[in-house]
Amino acid sequence: MSARDSILARLHAAPIAEVPALPDVKAWFDAHRRNEDTDQRITRLRAALEAVKTEVHDVSATDWLEVLLRIAAAKGLRNLLIGTDTPHGDVLEARHPENLTLIRYTDAIDSWRDVLFDDIDASLTLARSAIAEIGSLILWPTPSEPRLMSLVPSVHFVLLDVATIHADFHSAITTEGWKDGLPTNALLICGPSKTADIQQTLAYGAHGPRELVVLLRHAENADQGAAA
Amino acid sequence: MSQVIKIHPMEDFKERSRGVLNDPGQRKNFRGAMDFLMAKRRAQFPDQDELQGLRDLGSAIRRYSLAHLPRLLEQLEAKLTANGIQVHWAQTPDEANAIALGIAQRVKAKRIIKGKSMVSEEVGFNHAMEAAGIEAFESDMGEYIVQLAGETPSHIIMPAIHKTKQEIAKLFADEIPGVAYTEDVDALIRIGRKVLRRKFADADIGLSGVNFCVAETGTLCLVENEGNGRMCTTVPRVHIAITGIEKVVEKLEHVPPLYSLLSRSATGQAVTTYFNLISGPRKPGEKDGPEEVHLILLDNGRTQAYADEELRETLKCIRCGACMNHCPVYARIGGHAYGTTYPGPIGAIISPHMLGLDATYPLAFASTLCGACVEVCPVKIPITDILVRLRNEAQARPDSIDATLRGSGAARTTAGTAVWGVWAQVYSKLGLYKLASWFMSRGRALSPTEQGAWTRSRTPLIPAPKRLRDLLKDRKR
Repeated sequence: MSARDSILARLHAAPIAEVPALPDVKAWFDAHRRNEDTDQRITRLRAALEAVKTEVHDVSATDWLEVLLRIAAAKGLRNLLIGTDTPHGDVLEARHPENLTLIRYTDAIDSWRDVLFDDIDASLTLARSAIAEIGSLILWPTPSEPRLMSLVPSVHFVLLDVATIHADFHSAITTEGWKDGLPTNALLICGPSKTADIQQTLAYGAHGPRELVVLLRHAENADQGAAA
Repeated sequence: MSQVIKIHPMEDFKERSRGVLNDPGQRKNFRGAMDFLMAKRRAQFPDQDELQGLRDLGSAIRRYSLAHLPRLLEQLEAKLTANGIQVHWAQTPDEANAIALGIAQRVKAKRIIKGKSMVSEEVGFNHAMEAAGIEAFESDMGEYIVQLAGETPSHIIMPAIHKTKQEIAKLFADEIPGVAYTEDVDALIRIGRKVLRRKFADADIGLSGVNFCVAETGTLCLVENEGNGRMCTTVPRVHIAITGIEKVVEKLEHVPPLYSLLSRSATGQAVTTYFNLISGPRKPGEKDGPEEVHLILLDNGRTQAYADEELRETLKCIRCGACMNHCPVYARIGGHAYGTTYPGPIGAIISPHMLGLDATYPLAFASTLCGACVEVCPVKIPITDILVRLRNEAQARPDSIDATLRGSGAARTTAGTAVWGVWAQVYSKLGLYKLASWFMSRGRALSPTEQGAWTRSRTPLIPAPKRLRDLLKDRKR
């Protein structure tokens, strides 16, 4: 008998005196969810992000680019990794920023791994949405904006449209229908990488980005409702 | 670089415990760390009603998942396979290592970079790989530190909790070429980051554990702060995940409550920096991510726990470590004294299934049964009830129906059985009790001054000059 069949046979043979009912997770979240509008969610998200040393900036659909370039200049960044075929990447490229080299993630990582690890200062990705309750950004990496963009460069810029902020993790999963199709990799990110493994002393910049910069992009016409 | 700790808890547990108890430095480290972690957790649960409601929900999800475990494992396997993740089953640590080694040899791997995985510690993964000439390098900062020191983790969440920054500073200066002694924690982390970044880039395989497997979507969920878990699961061309068979939940919506309980109970964080959901290898058109993803599902005694409804509760554990953070015994003796991969209260109740009760029963007795672990367990495992059950199992007659575990009856001795047999007779027969207590009180002067383990740190037990019944009789007069 294979290991699989042996293990399953032992599990099937075990007594189950009472089969528990399916837990009602939705009811628990419904009962504990705060009834908040977009502004309240933004406030909560911002507070949670800033509590873990994330830089948060309010930007508009028109000025986000200039804000980003200003921050990049202040940090002395030499280059910025951007995705391929993304509206924000295209806008950035059309701007032809001075003193900031834009690098497109065009080739598979296998051919330029060392460059990514050693020579890229920062990256920019778009968040799919966010979660106010736990102060987390949701990223669904795509072929246009691959996984390592949010991990390897020391500074990670994230553009987040404020209308996409969910109340909690459960509503993000259910509203966006995650169970019907997840990407290869989905991520929740709430700050720069960190560790407290040396004498419980918190230190940022463990293995992933040392800095996380969130650009909260507000629509010009602010009558958009928040995500469910 | 790694070493295999020989598991001899029965022989060495008390000796190791005494060693730590007599070391003021280590005791201070553990006391400070436990106080820190307890305060952090407390601050995360200001609302007791919310906490208890969430614990009820977490417990219900884990109990439901275990009740349906074989079905969920089959569903998980089918879904993962459809997603392109290769599933392997291992009954023993040797089988798990052989599977990983087979993959490593097929892809001609020389270097494996590891994210935090207690199951890999459980199977002795590093040693098995190194015996085959493959480097297995730890990348979690705490794990990296203990590997560099040739030690094993002393805590399941904070592996290097027993070390001071001065010890780590000296370790880095001694073991990492070109590194000068510094006690600055940020500088120490920068040193670790620099060494390990190169390891991530050069590794052939990344190994990780799994916090939750989701059956309905075929997803592996990993919880972490450092980013090393993401590195291990994204940079190398092959990712091997290894986990116990009990880690599966049915629905994706079952994850948020457990994730909340895990991060708040473990390190007192509202949420960890990263929550990583992996549902497949790199797809055509994708530019990074591993080309192969494997999941090794390990039994190693878990089916023994599963066979018994009371002991099955052990498998609800989500490995937050809150039970050890709040345990008065763990806080004094630390993780290494236990001699097992999983220390503390959860270690005392899970290790007998992995190593046999004969090798681990002293751990079940190393508890005051104060219940602090039960109070804080986020999934409400009745740890003290299980400890008492294991004590009884350890004393059971090996051929009796009460002996249900590997190694049951290991604590049973002829002398012990005789003493407790006499005790049972005396305490169940009134005449005999009266007679025995009369002789004890009158012969108290003959009480031995050496009373074994009792008098090692206490004054001898001497019966009272008058029995309770004599005192009551005097009072009536």
